Amino acid sequence: MIAESGHYALVLALGLALIQSIVPLIGARLRDDALMNVARSTALAQLLFVGASFVALVMLHVNSDFSVANVYENSHSMKPLLYKITGVWGNHEGSMLLWVSILALFGGLVAAFGNNLPLSLRAHVLAVQAWIASAFYLFILVTSNPFLRIASPPIEGRDLNPVLQDIGLAVHPPMLYLGYVGFSISFSFAIAALMEGRIDAAWARWVRPWTLVAWIFLTLGIAMGSYWAYYELGWGGWWFWDPVENASLMPWLAGTALLHSALVMEKRNALKVWTILLSILTFSLSLLGTFLVRSGVITSVHAFATDPTRGVFILLILCLFIGGSLSLFAGRATSLKQGGLFAPISREGALVLNNLLLTVACAVVLFGTLYPLAMEMLADFKMSVGAPFYNLTFAPLFTLLLLAVPFGPMLAWKRGDLLGVTQRLLAAGVAGLVVVAIVWAWTRGGSALAPLAIGLGVFVIAGAVTDLVERTGLVRLPFATVLHRTRGLPRSAWGSALAHAGLGVALIGIVCETTWNSEYIATMKQSDVAHVAGYDVKLDGLFQRQGPNYREMIAEFNVSRDGEALSVMTPSKRSFTTRGSSTTEAALLTRGASQLYISLGDANAEGAIAVRIYHKPLVLLIWWGPVLMAFGGVLSLSDRRLRVGAPKPARAKQRLQPAE
Amino acid sequence: MTLWFVFALMTVAAIFAVLWPLGRSARVQNQGSEVVVYKDQLTEIERDLASGLIAAPEAAAARVEISRRLLAAASSETVSEPTSSLKWRRTAAVLALVGLPLVAIGVYMPLGSPRLQDFPLAQRERGSGSGMARSLENLVVQVEQHLEKNPADGRGWNVLAPVLQRLGRFDDAVRAYRNSLTYNGESPERRSDLGEAISAAAGGVVTAEAKTEFERAHALDADDPKANYFLGLAAEQDGRKDEAATIWRALLAKAPADAPWRPLVQSSLARVGGGTMPALSDETIAASKDMSEGDRGAMVRGMVERLATRLKQNGDDVEGWLRLVRAYLVMGDRDKAVGASSDARQAVAKDGERLRQLNEGLKTLGLDG
Repeated sequence: MIAESGHYALVLALGLALIQSIVPLIGARLRDDALMNVARSTALAQLLFVGASFVALVMLHVNSDFSVANVYENSHSMKPLLYKITGVWGNHEGSMLLWVSILALFGGLVAAFGNNLPLSLRAHVLAVQAWIASAFYLFILVTSNPFLRIASPPIEGRDLNPVLQDIGLAVHPPMLYLGYVGFSISFSFAIAALMEGRIDAAWARWVRPWTLVAWIFLTLGIAMGSYWAYYELGWGGWWFWDPVENASLMPWLAGTALLHSALVMEKRNALKVWTILLSILTFSLSLLGTFLVRSGVITSVHAFATDPTRGVFILLILCLFIGGSLSLFAGRATSLKQGGLFAPISREGALVLNNLLLTVACAVVLFGTLYPLAMEMLADFKMSVGAPFYNLTFAPLFTLLLLAVPFGPMLAWKRGDLLGVTQRLLAAGVAGLVVVAIVWAWTRGGSALAPLAIGLGVFVIAGAVTDLVERTGLVRLPFATVLHRTRGLPRSAWGSALAHAGLGVALIGIVCETTWNSEYIATMKQSDVAHVAGYDVKLDGLFQRQGPNYREMIAEFNVSRDGEALSVMTPSKRSFTTRGSSTTEAALLTRGASQLYISLGDANAEGAIAVRIYHKPLVLLIWWGPVLMAFGGVLSLSDRRLRVGAPKPARAKQRLQPAE
Repeated sequence: MTLWFVFALMTVAAIFAVLWPLGRSARVQNQGSEVVVYKDQLTEIERDLASGLIAAPEAAAARVEISRRLLAAASSETVSEPTSSLKWRRTAAVLALVGLPLVAIGVYMPLGSPRLQDFPLAQRERGSGSGMARSLENLVVQVEQHLEKNPADGRGWNVLAPVLQRLGRFDDAVRAYRNSLTYNGESPERRSDLGEAISAAAGGVVTAEAKTEFERAHALDADDPKANYFLGLAAEQDGRKDEAATIWRALLAKAPADAPWRPLVQSSLARVGGGTMPALSDETIAASKDMSEGDRGAMVRGMVERLATRLKQNGDDVEGWLRLVRAYLVMGDRDKAVGASSDARQAVAKDGERLRQLNEGLKTLGLDG
């Protein structure tokens, strides 16, 4: 009964979404409040039913009900409870159900907390949300139904892919989906504005927080996924530029641009049309990501061609929404009211530069992702675009962006003074140069670019600090005033400073890890000692252990440095009988921000085992950076005040005023 | 019945969600507008000014800007009278009352299986086998589960191994026989059974590994018929037909008259040309004629399965893949055929030439890529 009720709840949600996509629009046309309010109650009811459906699937997985095909294919009765639950979204059908659940959640949030929106805007937004939802409900029900049954249930399931039986999977996809789907809200707002033919100030007031929420989750989701790949895949790599990763990076780049342009719009009433376009593009890229990951087109274009139902369906959704929204944009954008003006050198101008660089970087990633697919499809020629391509294209763009980051927040709105800002950033620049010199003198090895890149990272962090110092008037003003100004400083200012500093932190981590990591790969026997980056790693022995649904071979290593014992590390290799595959569980030893990383290869008959040991200096900074960025986002989000950007008065007027 | 009752309740709740706002009288709602936002922004400037975040001239400039926008917004804001269109509200109500159940039932009926009960693990372990296929496969899974937890149970391995062998899961059978040897101790029968499983996994070829096992069995018991037969077969496959004939002749000489494997050895002997007996005894011919449809089907399935296993280990063989796909199509299992062809594509994807051959072959089979 759970299975069929969950199935029926999903069907009802489809019915409600269909009503929600039509009735409120008619209401908005007729200015009928009751009809417009249908959007609200149906959105909430939709959330209820999809939520029930999702809970039903979770219960089926927990109960190991193998009469449901999805459970049979992806679960096993002996799997630990946690992985029974996370297995729900560890497969295609379940993860699509999670996708629509989150979509319904966002729709429900707009319905519940959208009281301060103009009624017709809310009706339009929710109707657009319902279009997206209807399309995806249909997709799930027709091509990837998680509730299909098996008449004579098998006694045991086929187990979840062992690589996915990990705590990282418990957190990563929901985060990522909250990010992807969160951008649907700004998309719906953009389409609603285009349909209504006007963007008012309430629009911008709403879009920024929603974009920020999505961006926070996407940032954490990407960081989480990268860390998961780092410790679970056993190669110590944290970013591979593979299409699945790019699929999440592209919406992030576009979303970051959107975040900044939405800010300009809220504060200064400018860049309206561009913000609308970015909203559309960001969500389109999210859809594209869903298509790339979910259609199987990446694994093999040919495999996609043999079972095309899913892929073609998503492609259809993709074309419908992207094509539809862009043509609507082309038709209506000119009729939108243009916003405020600004000089090229101003905060607005800096944010336009930020948008420009981010979108070009995004386009580069898009090209790198789609080009190999196109080649395989058209020329039947398999190729991959990897790090060398991105080092040549993506890296310079981001270098430019990072150079510009400290300048942005310090320029005045409307018209800025570049020279003045440069003077104020002098300290930060000097700090960066000093660090370059120190690193250079200290290492005398590795790439010549590495110290420069670290200097850039320090410059970005010091720039963020300078910004805070300037705003609070530290050093310059008496202490009491500073305290007063610090208290008055909006949390959003702290947030943006932290987020920008996070960029610098991540950059330092990336550079240190790639330039100075040391590795040791060998076959070790018992009591062999490996020397890696000053650590002595001794293999004490190999043990076997029985896990709940796997057998595990554990190697015990004693780690010491200068004769002083530090810790015992136990990497292992797990073999899962049901799927007949195995995973490597790397062991990590964290010292400050650096890590020692051991993963196992195959054992040979004489009891020796292949071992990979890496020392990765400051590697954790790579993920602390994004966490810092997300924390900055949360701070900014917690600041419920309106954002106003006071313009710098024109110069003629300035002369009449006394100096500050 | 309860299921339909639950469905009905859910449908009513969904309909209610649509009808509820339609029934409420239009009351003036506290909704946001441009003017409100600009007024909020003006208070915001005062707050920033008070906390010293912006200087007086900047605050003045901002105030001027926002006031200008506020005026423009206030003048363009049309006080829209909330209308109520009864006709459309009724239409929406009908849509909910009739359309929603229709859509729900129309979509659910072809997809759902309302007659199937839930079948959670707890219920299954209580042993209620209602509707549960107590097939051989399920029993095997149960034994395997038991052995997963108690790998030292020699009797279990002894029972499982021949069943796996019969099911065509030769690799698993090899493992099971090995475990049986470990936990039950040496015996000529187990050694030769293991050898048989290894050669079955190799598609009937008595590999060096299998031969070692038969030799061990032979050393333990020189008269073990299975070991002798396979050692003869190994000799035949190596091209030493005389030696094969000698081994088999000796085997027949010692064999009891009613041994069930006599005809097999006799026909093998005839094949290498060492026998005076007819190639097939009358009984064997009769037996194969009498072979039921099901048995022959099982034989074919076993062969196809072996081919599939071999291809899984070594996927370079384009001809083999095509044979497998054709076999599935003949057996009427189109899903498996499609699955096999996509496996094949993945296996040879790295080699352009082979991929082309494969795609052409699949095209002629009517499985268009």
